[in-house]
Amino acid sequence: MTREEIIKKENIVYRKTPLFTDKPLSYCPGCGHGTVHRLILETIEEMGITSQTIGVAPVGCAVLAYEFMDIDMMQAAHGRAPALATAVKRLNPDQFVFTYQGDGDLAAIGTCETIHACNRGENFTMIFINNGIYGMTGGQMAPTTLPGMKSSTSPYGRDVKMMGNPLKITELIAQLPGTYFVTRQAVHTPAAVRKCKKAIRKAFENQKLDKGISFVEVVSNCNSGWKMTPVQANKWMEENMFPFYPLGDIKVPKE
Amino acid sequence: MKELRLMKGNEAIAEAAIRAGADGYFGYPITPQSEVLEYLMAQKPHERTGMVVLQAESEVAAINMVYGGASCGKKVMTSSSSPGISLKMEGISYMAGAELPGLIVNVTRGGPGLGTIQPSQSDYFQATKGGGHGDYRLIVLAPASVQETYDFVKLSFDLAFKYRNPVMILTDGIIGQMMEKVELGDQIPRSTREEIIKACPWATTGKTPDRQRSVITSLDLDSNKQEKHVLKLGAKYDKMEQDEVRFEKINCDDAEYIFVAFGSSARICQKSIEIGRAKGIKVGLIRPITLFPFPKKPIAEIANKVKGILTVEMNLGQMIEDVRLAVNGKVKVEHYGRTGGIIPTPEEVLIALEQKIIGG
Repeated sequence: MTREEIIKKENIVYRKTPLFTDKPLSYCPGCGHGTVHRLILETIEEMGITSQTIGVAPVGCAVLAYEFMDIDMMQAAHGRAPALATAVKRLNPDQFVFTYQGDGDLAAIGTCETIHACNRGENFTMIFINNGIYGMTGGQMAPTTLPGMKSSTSPYGRDVKMMGNPLKITELIAQLPGTYFVTRQAVHTPAAVRKCKKAIRKAFENQKLDKGISFVEVVSNCNSGWKMTPVQANKWMEENMFPFYPLGDIKVPKE
Repeated sequence: MKELRLMKGNEAIAEAAIRAGADGYFGYPITPQSEVLEYLMAQKPHERTGMVVLQAESEVAAINMVYGGASCGKKVMTSSSSPGISLKMEGISYMAGAELPGLIVNVTRGGPGLGTIQPSQSDYFQATKGGGHGDYRLIVLAPASVQETYDFVKLSFDLAFKYRNPVMILTDGIIGQMMEKVELGDQIPRSTREEIIKACPWATTGKTPDRQRSVITSLDLDSNKQEKHVLKLGAKYDKMEQDEVRFEKINCDDAEYIFVAFGSSARICQKSIEIGRAKGIKVGLIRPITLFPFPKKPIAEIANKVKGILTVEMNLGQMIEDVRLAVNGKVKVEHYGRTGGIIPTPEEVLIALEQKIIGG
């Protein structure tokens, strides 16, 4: 069989969505960010909404998300993405607007913006990557760091008496009347990736309904910050993160 | 037929925003400027022009909503008073870094801290010397009447888009709260999507196949690129200094002494001039209208002709630093001011001139 015979449209089982730029991802090997980027971009491509989509990047590991996504994007100050997105969507109600934030950005410094955008019932999609650590700044304790979990600012493990409790922000915002669809997903296995993509698609489709925030948390790993191999990190995530942050839909619109 | 109305300064800001074709206002209540948001909400601008008005959860959120709207090429603004403006400084720095147009109005009250709700001009440093982090400048306009406050809203939007830079109107609790006659302008229609795409090719309007993606960011991790960007900003600020200086001269032709004052203080100085001239004191006024770019040249020129200069500011002496730089030691420059929300009387300003400059 020749090369030309193999490279045929009908033989394609996987391709890079053209909405990815050609810039190599800056994420560590094994990190979930790249996978979630792909799911968002595939969703935009499949919905045919490239020219109607505006993304808001955070401060954190995904600060350079706009370098990899070939769509119009803006980069917010730390934690402020939901405020930006609020204005973008209200001023452009026909556009699809999404924020992409990590746990420090969304659940610590940006808690106020997160809760109020959710409570007002803004009509955009929030993607929340929860890896329980500040990755970009080198592995400090995050609002979502588990009790007992080690980080560079909790080197003996998170002592909840001294450092406070981890914040289950997703359960919290699910209580608010302005959230329409709230779910917690993962991207550590092919099955999880497929489920997560469905959730992201739904979260984007929901913007057509104008019913409020659609919120997708992705519990992810940080093998560099956790100081593990990618395989170890995924195993640790399953054994430790998932019991504390159980996967599944938290708030589903009544059909 | 002129449309005249008696309005508070704060109401004039709001009406001017609607009539300037603003797309969005994002604010948070704080005395003495809450009437801006109140007036807008009562006017239902979403029905009048389609303008979006939103009470944000904080000053921080409000300025970041302005950042988001401005990124899309929309004409957006916020207003607040001193403590709230401090909270907005992060967002203002980001807007300057990302080269976003937008209007921020500061109806100044006394500080530091929670200070007082009474008028002050003690945010001059914050407005003109940075306030937020990094090498950046705002164009700062200082109105001295309700009419100017009204007019400067449209002017600010024009300048903001001309330079892709945030513009601040620095007014104070006196002008915000006092009522004066205002001649209103015609309604300018809001820009259409097509007009925005044409005028702001940099904006995030949704990537179409005919262009590269638009990215709004103030970040560049490559030092060489970041320096190039900062130098580009610097060149823009130089251009503002060259082309956008605005000031007013009153009774300067035969003056032996000069007041330099902006905003409300300039109004008070006009009365001091009247009283002084009746007593035979030849005194005039230079009123900076743009605080950045600062009118260095007219002040340097007049320093060659007069015997002394008194800056009158409702603060401990802030603008005086810029006046002294412009005068460059050629003539005596002193400051007179009141703080804590106290408004100086024309008489005490004149006494200060007599004591600190004429007799000093």
